[in-house]
Amino acid sequence: MSGPSLMDSLFQRSLEDLIKGLRQQLIGEQAFISKALEEIRKEIKSTDLSIKSTALLKLSYLSSLHFHDMSFATFHALEVLSSPRFSHKKIAYHAISLSFHDSTPVLLLITNHLRKDLTSTNEFEVSLSLRCLSKIANVDLARDLTPEIFTLMSSNKLYVRKKAVAVVLRVFEKYPDSVRVCFKRLVENLDNSDPQILSAVIGVFCELACKDPRSYLPLAPEFYKILVDSKNNWVLIKVLKIFAKLAPLEPRLAKRVVEPICDHMRRTGAKSLLFECVRTVVTSLSEYDSAVRLAVGKVPEFLVDEDPNLKYLGLQVLSIVAQKHLWAVSQNKEAVIKSLSDADPNIKIESLRLVMAMVSECNVTEISRVLVNHALKSDPEFCNEILGSILSTCSRNVYEIIVDFDWYVSLLGEMSRIPHCHKGEEIENQLIDIGIRVKDVRLELVRVSRDLLIDPALLGNFFLHRVLCAASWASGEYVKFSRNPLELMEALLQPRTRLLPPSIRAIYIQSAFKVLVFCLHTYLMQRGSTFSSTSPDNLPSVVSASVSDESFDNLSVENGVDATVTHGQICTPAFITNESIVNLLNMVELALGPLVGSHDVEVQERARNVLGFVDLTKLKFLNYSVQEENDSEGKGVEASNIIELMHDAFSKELGPISLSAQGNVSLPDGLIVKENLGDLEMICCDIELPSSNSFSFGSPCEEKDGVSFSNLQIKEDSEQSNESTSLLAEHRKRHGLYYLPLGKSEISNDYPPANDPILQGNINGNAVDLVKITEESLVPKRKPSHAKPRPVVVKLDEVDEKPVALKKFESKDDSLSGAVRDILFGSEDMVPTSSQSNLSDKSSSKRKGKEKQHTAPHVESKENLVDDGNPSSRRRKYRSHGKERRHRSPRKKTAEEREGQKEKEKSSHRHGRHKSGQRAEEPLNVSAQAPVIPDFLL
Amino acid sequence: MIHFVLLISRQGKVRLTKWYSTYTQKERTKVIRELSGVILTRGPKLCNFVEWRGFKVVYKRYASLYFCMCIDQDDNELEILEIIHHYVEILDRYFGSVCELDLIFNFHKAYYILDEILIAGELQESSKKTVARLIAAQDSLVETAKEQASSISNIIAQATK
Repeated sequence: MSGPSLMDSLFQRSLEDLIKGLRQQLIGEQAFISKALEEIRKEIKSTDLSIKSTALLKLSYLSSLHFHDMSFATFHALEVLSSPRFSHKKIAYHAISLSFHDSTPVLLLITNHLRKDLTSTNEFEVSLSLRCLSKIANVDLARDLTPEIFTLMSSNKLYVRKKAVAVVLRVFEKYPDSVRVCFKRLVENLDNSDPQILSAVIGVFCELACKDPRSYLPLAPEFYKILVDSKNNWVLIKVLKIFAKLAPLEPRLAKRVVEPICDHMRRTGAKSLLFECVRTVVTSLSEYDSAVRLAVGKVPEFLVDEDPNLKYLGLQVLSIVAQKHLWAVSQNKEAVIKSLSDADPNIKIESLRLVMAMVSECNVTEISRVLVNHALKSDPEFCNEILGSILSTCSRNVYEIIVDFDWYVSLLGEMSRIPHCHKGEEIENQLIDIGIRVKDVRLELVRVSRDLLIDPALLGNFFLHRVLCAASWASGEYVKFSRNPLELMEALLQPRTRLLPPSIRAIYIQSAFKVLVFCLHTYLMQRGSTFSSTSPDNLPSVVSASVSDESFDNLSVENGVDATVTHGQICTPAFITNESIVNLLNMVELALGPLVGSHDVEVQERARNVLGFVDLTKLKFLNYSVQEENDSEGKGVEASNIIELMHDAFSKELGPISLSAQGNVSLPDGLIVKENLGDLEMICCDIELPSSNSFSFGSPCEEKDGVSFSNLQIKEDSEQSNESTSLLAEHRKRHGLYYLPLGKSEISNDYPPANDPILQGNINGNAVDLVKITEESLVPKRKPSHAKPRPVVVKLDEVDEKPVALKKFESKDDSLSGAVRDILFGSEDMVPTSSQSNLSDKSSSKRKGKEKQHTAPHVESKENLVDDGNPSSRRRKYRSHGKERRHRSPRKKTAEEREGQKEKEKSSHRHGRHKSGQRAEEPLNVSAQAPVIPDFLL
Repeated sequence: MIHFVLLISRQGKVRLTKWYSTYTQKERTKVIRELSGVILTRGPKLCNFVEWRGFKVVYKRYASLYFCMCIDQDDNELEILEIIHHYVEILDRYFGSVCELDLIFNFHKAYYILDEILIAGELQESSKKTVARLIAAQDSLVETAKEQASSISNIIAQATK
């Protein structure tokens, strides 16, 4: 087999050949790669390690840059790894760190290779295997190689040592027990003078502290020393990060580090360090006013810089500060507003966030105006970003900051007309939500809706359909506020509505139905009143008006004038003539007639409903003049009864209902919900159980039964009928849109009846008890436009308020931090083997000495600065505490619990016992060993 | 920590990938597709940071190559820019005014150099001189091995095995 090997090695495609071939692309990339892969598969099986390694190198090239699977070569990579040659090892390690993962089957076989290389005398081999370990280590590898890593961490070759330190992070993560072995040595390295080692150690601690800061509090003195002494910016940045995590946990520590950090801030010329200082101060030391002021004073340096990076970071810092110190943002208002028109979308978004952070009750109008104008000018993406943030800010916490809802509703209308607006859905939700919650705004809402509906151009914009859906619903639901229902009707039935998707069209038809009923009812009322008040000679003038479009137009003009004159909440629409009614009915028939054959069930059904209704009532109006004389005839009365009923049905108001309300309906005694309700028909044979959709608001398809039922329902709605639960569920399913979002947790027991106005619910139930009445009139002095009080905004209590999940960072009880705590809070007896325990004992004593060493100068120098309480009394306290423990410890000695708090306590007990002799002379030392408070810093 | 390092050419070709966190091969392609879509479309005078899936990606363009590094939210962006620059300078010193072709044909060397600068997603060596020295030392190790392997006597020995 010698021949082929030679030939192979001579004619093997090298990596360079592969790359050249790929670049020439004579046969296309994919084809070339698959050919190359085929070769590699063959070559990698070769017994010659050079051929094998070249094949592996090519394969890792294809894998890392063209993402081809190389899992088939895992075993071959191991084979190459066993080569004595450095070049082969290098290739093999590269391939392994590229392709191995936790579930690679041959991972088990690599342990010995790694161990061999870790103990090699060649530092480059050691470093190769360390690097690989940092990538692929799993539990087994971490466990088996911990001793080697431990040795390397004190290697006198710095090159190896810093790598070993870096690898420890991964080892800890995978195998927390290794902390017991390696941690002391890691801490020792904090004292190293070599900047690279220090950088590596601090890097490790930075990552560790991110996950569980509390465990590393005892190391604060070491970090503090580095913070004060180090000149290396890489290291300083990491130390600052660590303090940013530790400072919030220990106020005394925060007090200590503020000064050094401010010093760095004043002194440094490096922007990266300056930025880190500023960020540390604003995130973790925001209570220290002078520091915050200093940091905020540095922000303009970033904001006005030419470099977009600095500008971006400056804005980011501001948005962190904004949470607690809004003044910082207002101070830099100009720069922020200017960045709104920056070329960089990231900067724009960042500054938009800041602008939104500045929004408050008194300036929301102005800012929104500025932003909407800005949105008109900017590119579609940012435009929507702006609109989205306006919408979310204004609706925050149930429209907390909105005082003038009329303004807001018209703003919503305006926003939906912005050409790039894609926020239809959100606007839709808010329009409906506000309509339901805020009674006072309905007049304006209907006006805005009307404006949207009558504009035929809007129907062509796909993104506006949802807004139109809301507008049509609002104008149907609150038609009584409309100045001119007839005009509304025309808008709802205009031919271009065919552009709408069926689901929205159905809502249009439904709204048209409501408007129609309203018109007819008003007409009847008018007729009734004219009859009673005036003599029949008034009549001819009405009747004689010619049936023409002219009169229609006149009418609407008049109405407009009328409406503007009326002051009341409800603008009574002006006189409706019989002709206009007849016109109306004709128009409905004309518009909806074709829809009876629609393919969409919803549209078809609703159209049929309306037409059926028109059929029933039309006769009355056509022959009105004839009939009214002999009114005693049954037909007319019946029609007006129907209209009356329908009107009643529609005029019941839909209040907001919490989605979880149903959960509060208590089952009446003796009701078995799951039973088949088949024989219910027997009981209600005269009411005839309604089909579920007749209950859905306003589509009673079989007039008689539907109406009678809904009537019934209205009358009885305070009672909880048997069906209410299922009907409500059904209703919610169909009209979930109009319900409030589901609340999460407990809701009070009362359940607001579906059709009850919420204000009533407020009186009798505590589920709806939150009607937000803003204190007084809330008018900021300088904004006269807010002169009217904020209208009532209906809220459902728990449901609306998102429970502010104050997720306090609980130190996780995971094994890593547990282990770290064991070590840091002193537990010599935890280390299993004797040699190791010796070691750690030694190191711990060393560490203690060190602690004393550097606590001493700081304490002395700063003691007078730190003026919180009497240190000696504190010491005394600790001492007595310790004594107490000592008394208790013998009892507990045999206890063998091995985790958490208990463990910590126990270990400190033992510790206390060991050191009891020394304690008298070394009170400082005792406090250093106290489990929770790293007091020695102070 | 740095989660991964990417080198992408202006045309969207990947020149180097290094993953310090675990990503499957499928995720890797997806990440690169997403990021090159975001980064390559950004204009020249914009900031070098992109927010991406709760991480931050710091990128910098040198000639036709984009150097990208993905970091955690609270990492220091400016520091990463320095690291990128550091890497580029070392590459430049090693290859002698580096260009994209150097990296294409010496992709493994680019890796080895990166490995000397970063380990486990952290900076390990901030001195250019030291890195250069380390790389040179390793290169000479490889070279001697190669010479041995390709010497005539070795080939003859192999052929007559």
